[in-house]
Amino acid sequence: MIVSRRETVIGRVLLVLLMAVTVVPFISLFVTALHPAGTYPSGLSWPESPQWGNFAHAFQAAGMGRLLLSSGLIVLGVVPVSLLFGTMAGFAFGHLRMPGHRIGFVIFLLGLTLPFEGIITPLYYQVRDMGLLNTRWAIILPLIGLFMPFSVVWMRAHFATMPEDLSEAARIDGAGTWQLFRRVHVPLAGPALSSLAILLFLWTWNQFLLAIVLVDDPAKRTMAGALGAFQGQWGTDIPLLCAGSLLILVPTLTIFLIFQRRFVAALLQGSIKG
Amino acid sequence: MSHPGTGRRGTRARRPRGAWIGWLFAAPAIIVYATFVLRPLLLTVQYSFYDWNGIGASTWVGLDNYRRLVTDSELFATILHAFELILFFSLIPVLLGLFVAATIRGIAQSRLATVARTVLFLPQVIPLVAAGIMWSWLLSSTGLANELLSAVGLGGLTRAWLGDFGTALPAVGVIGAWVLVGLCTLLLLAGMSKIDPALYEAARLDGAGPVREFRSITVPSLRQEIGVCVTVTVIAALASFDIVYVATQGGPGNRTMVPGLEIYYLAFSEREVGMASALAVALVVLVLACVLPLQRFTRDGSR
Repeated sequence: MIVSRRETVIGRVLLVLLMAVTVVPFISLFVTALHPAGTYPSGLSWPESPQWGNFAHAFQAAGMGRLLLSSGLIVLGVVPVSLLFGTMAGFAFGHLRMPGHRIGFVIFLLGLTLPFEGIITPLYYQVRDMGLLNTRWAIILPLIGLFMPFSVVWMRAHFATMPEDLSEAARIDGAGTWQLFRRVHVPLAGPALSSLAILLFLWTWNQFLLAIVLVDDPAKRTMAGALGAFQGQWGTDIPLLCAGSLLILVPTLTIFLIFQRRFVAALLQGSIKG
Repeated sequence: MSHPGTGRRGTRARRPRGAWIGWLFAAPAIIVYATFVLRPLLLTVQYSFYDWNGIGASTWVGLDNYRRLVTDSELFATILHAFELILFFSLIPVLLGLFVAATIRGIAQSRLATVARTVLFLPQVIPLVAAGIMWSWLLSSTGLANELLSAVGLGGLTRAWLGDFGTALPAVGVIGAWVLVGLCTLLLLAGMSKIDPALYEAARLDGAGPVREFRSITVPSLRQEIGVCVTVTVIAALASFDIVYVATQGGPGNRTMVPGLEIYYLAFSEREVGMASALAVALVVLVLACVLPLQRFTRDGSR
């Protein structure tokens, strides 16, 4: 490729600038979290005596242990079931292609663009009538439903590319439809499934609207919902708020840094298909 | 909607693909989707024709809620604000992303670019609420933004950006742009890696400069990726909630009130369920009206 030296330099400078803009808010959050509680530090200044204890304090004030458990439970409730249902339906629409599959699929496709605010009001009354308000089920069950369009569209895209011959061969060997699904197609869907799992995990963990509307007790919410409550409670104590926010970010950031390749790939594909 | 099992044994012999059994596989997804999405969606439409406080009896008011939506300037302003946010959530990230991606195309394989790929993704991984909290602090009267302005001698411009009537909405927009610019850059960069390098070589040999190259090769080849970026960011702008909720709560006055937040307040604070539902229907329709034409645009480009 012909690229002039000047362009390379400009490219590097631009990239570093963009990275700086991305990272500075995180650094500002970190530095501010080290200032003495209750002060109003200005901008990016390193405190005279860093208050590492702020993190411990915020950990307790936010009840981080319970929050982690709560978010974990919600993720466990949402992700495996969504994966299973999404995969089964994706298999049906992408591979079995039963009569009327087109209409069924289009109904899911239209759900892709639906803003959650569009259904939140009746959802509140529905969840209340089911007696689930203020329980984790109030977040888990609606989220599974709301993730269906994406999960189904995603998995259908995978199954649509699988060759027919594969199924023909299994059929000749006497496999029923369920066995064909379970023994042949699911094992081959690994990469598509793991990317979907990453996306669903992230979207569940960061879900805010459902958490604040359907669950009053921050200890039963998702991480993002708990952060909202934390801000309401400690919003005036800036260093403590910053310490708490950072702590709440740690789990996702850690998982992201460990699985970053998969994450980036999943998110890029996710937005293309979504 | 589904017809699980009906006559599947009879048809299976003739239709080796399993015919109706497919609906059995799709049934769990259809049931949860219908219960927790389609049913509430239809109820939203139904509620929007009523005046209801959420507790007592409801009265049929026909299209009154919709009439109020277009005549009540405060409510209609929320929709205008959402469109104003598109400038920041979509236009800036896509243009900036295009520019940056085109500039760094030559060094896309370098180690710096690999690091950048991780760093630029950070805003996508954190909850929007956290982005809102970080930026409320950066944009506050003693925050970094003002400190930088003072440092370069523009101290006169300093203000509480999110609390000022004139700057609150753009400030919210900047937060959204920060979240989305990395995603757009990387999506576009990934798209560029698929363009045949021979095209660029040919252009260079014909004496085309970077600008010409950008206009004649890069942008047309990225039609699909640009469409995706615009779709994702436009939805994010129109349906924005988390960032506004945390950063401004719709204030000062109603300067940053967006449809999502207004629905939340109407339904759960002011107990105007009918009005909230009408606004929700408008929001859903608005998103579809903006996004569906974009799909056609990208499809045509790729086929």
